Amino acid sequence: MRKESGEHMAKKTYIEEVNRGVYDIINKEDHRYKADRGLTEDIIREISREKDEPQWMLDYRLKSLEIFNAKPMPTWGADLSELDMDNIVHYVRPNTDMSTSWDDVPEDIKQTFDRLGIPEAEKKSLAGVGAQYDSEVVYHSMREDLKAKGVVYTDMDSAVKAYESIVRKYFMTMITNRDHKFSALHGAVWSGGSFVYVPEGVEVDFPLQSYFRLNAKGAGQFEHTLIVVEKNASLHFIEGCSAPKYSVQNLHAGAVELFVKEGAKLRYSTIENWSRNMYNLNTKRCMVEKNGKIEWVSGSFGSKVSMLYPMSILKGEGASSEFTGITFAAKGQYLDTGTKVVHAAPNTTSIVNSKSISKDGGHAFYRGLLRVTPNAVNVKSTVNCESLMLDNRSKSDTLPIIEIGNEQVDIGHEAKIGRISDDTIFYLMSRGISEAEAKAMIVRGFVEPITKELPLEYAVELNNLINLELEGTIG
Amino acid sequence: MTSEIIKICNLKSSVEGQQILKGIDLDIKAGEIHVIMGPNGAGKSTLANVLMGHPAHKVDTGEVTFMGKDLLTMKVDERAKAGLFLSFQYPEEVPGVTVENFLRTAKKEVAGIMPMALSFKKELHSKMEMLNMDSKYLERYLNQGFSGGEKKKNEILQMAVLNPKLAILDETDSGLDIDAIRVVYESVQKLSKADNAILVITHYNKILNYITPDYVHVLVDGKIVRSGDVTLAEEIESKGYEKREW
Repeated sequence: MRKESGEHMAKKTYIEEVNRGVYDIINKEDHRYKADRGLTEDIIREISREKDEPQWMLDYRLKSLEIFNAKPMPTWGADLSELDMDNIVHYVRPNTDMSTSWDDVPEDIKQTFDRLGIPEAEKKSLAGVGAQYDSEVVYHSMREDLKAKGVVYTDMDSAVKAYESIVRKYFMTMITNRDHKFSALHGAVWSGGSFVYVPEGVEVDFPLQSYFRLNAKGAGQFEHTLIVVEKNASLHFIEGCSAPKYSVQNLHAGAVELFVKEGAKLRYSTIENWSRNMYNLNTKRCMVEKNGKIEWVSGSFGSKVSMLYPMSILKGEGASSEFTGITFAAKGQYLDTGTKVVHAAPNTTSIVNSKSISKDGGHAFYRGLLRVTPNAVNVKSTVNCESLMLDNRSKSDTLPIIEIGNEQVDIGHEAKIGRISDDTIFYLMSRGISEAEAKAMIVRGFVEPITKELPLEYAVELNNLINLELEGTIG
Repeated sequence: MTSEIIKICNLKSSVEGQQILKGIDLDIKAGEIHVIMGPNGAGKSTLANVLMGHPAHKVDTGEVTFMGKDLLTMKVDERAKAGLFLSFQYPEEVPGVTVENFLRTAKKEVAGIMPMALSFKKELHSKMEMLNMDSKYLERYLNQGFSGGEKKKNEILQMAVLNPKLAILDETDSGLDIDAIRVVYESVQKLSKADNAILVITHYNKILNYITPDYVHVLVDGKIVRSGDVTLAEEIESKGYEKREW
């Protein structure tokens, strides 16, 4: 069998940076307020004052800043030594207030979201849409019938005031400012994000969608997403993120806290497509009560460095978690992603399906944790990681950590790392399919189990992203 | 009637420095069925792979004219578009790509236009019926989890859809039970037309019960050592390849 590329298949042309089309269009900066570089107590106070926040929130921010300054940079994962924390503007607010009509959103911001298909998506099949531009939410809307049922979907800043008791009960209780340096940073400077509250028994039959975009140069984005799905309620929430490319680094350190109550169900889907200078250090956690269910669908594209491990804590008996993730690491990217599941109650189940693709020297690292506490008997878990490397320069690693606290568990684990097979390419080409299309077909086939989990427009976007990633790199 | 499909002159090829084909000459004309037989390791599958353009095989010398064009300078997909088809001995499994999607893409590439959805589906169903294949296979991922027989039937289905000028069948009978062999080769016989040609590579004589070749060639140690009609195949069956009479 063939190992090296032969004459006909060796002709590859490499392009430095894939043209990401609309994702890279940069709008003129026009902000009413921009914090000075670096992070001081004064900046934190200003942020809080601008937002007109209650005192407890300011106190939390200041405490978080203290912890942030005291904690060392983590060194166990990605290389963060190039990340210049003083050089990142933490809070940028676009020159507009939140709107519930798309027509009120300023033209260039609107055009950006138009290009990304956000209003289009809303027209088609969504129950509600929120759009965040830099640090603030610029657009929010939701179907009237859901409002009538008591469903709340608003931006996080408004929620702090309008739904203070709920926010105060849950905000940064699962991800705290003591967890790591970037959760502390988040606690200090968080801004924007979505707040969703689904009352007991309410089933939201269409997805709610939120879109984040970082436009300002050197801006950090620290959105906080808080979702509470009460007893026997259900929700599908979709988040998309992108940023154009600037020569300075951007930092994204968001936090997502999901609370799934007894018998409730939440599906949380994200496609993150950051520019190639982004440090994406995001924390996402979900607490699942008795017989509740969380389903994560996670796509990680772009960014220079990503560290992202959505975590499910199965707290109640019979709770379950399903994680489906795809990571695509291209040239100059180190994507350290995975998932964590803690089985903290009996009869809990989890399924992990993770796929990664690396090309052009990109490095995809799967880091996973599966923990079963001593009391959690009759746990069932399946972990499946697959990696596909498109050439010999790319790297892929798998580090699944499994900690089992009792004997009565049923755990299955499978990890596969492979290269794109020259024989498969030959087979497809022998049917008239070009080398580029053959590779794209193989990659699309590899991610198909994930694509089919996504809502249509996101499946289309995922395919477009894959085509963008592959375009121009295969001759 | 006697238009030339392929003309192979003094073809020599090697893999990792080792010569496998040591000078092949072969002419195939429209309407003909050729069978190449030979012992294991003689270079039968190598010939098929070299003609299709497998990059592991290096052509040392020789010329191949296919449909009036220089085959050896063409890329693999160009060869397919020019009308060459190879039924693989070991078809690749491609997860996530359905048989139907694959066939439609291949047909679009080879025919140059996207086939009409409805009529194409109809065509697929009738061809699968001929091959005694369940149409549910259209929704399955390409060759994934297929039995040996299902994979080979799927190859012949592709041949039927792509309608090549020259189809090379590399050990299509291997790993098949007797019923599957009958279905496959009867279908191949049906696909043989006045304007195309078929080259069957096998070491299994019984296929002659289902197809009628015009020529039989014996390939030993990288060379065609003998050519003849069907009676040659019968001779091989009684005497074996290892006899040095040729």
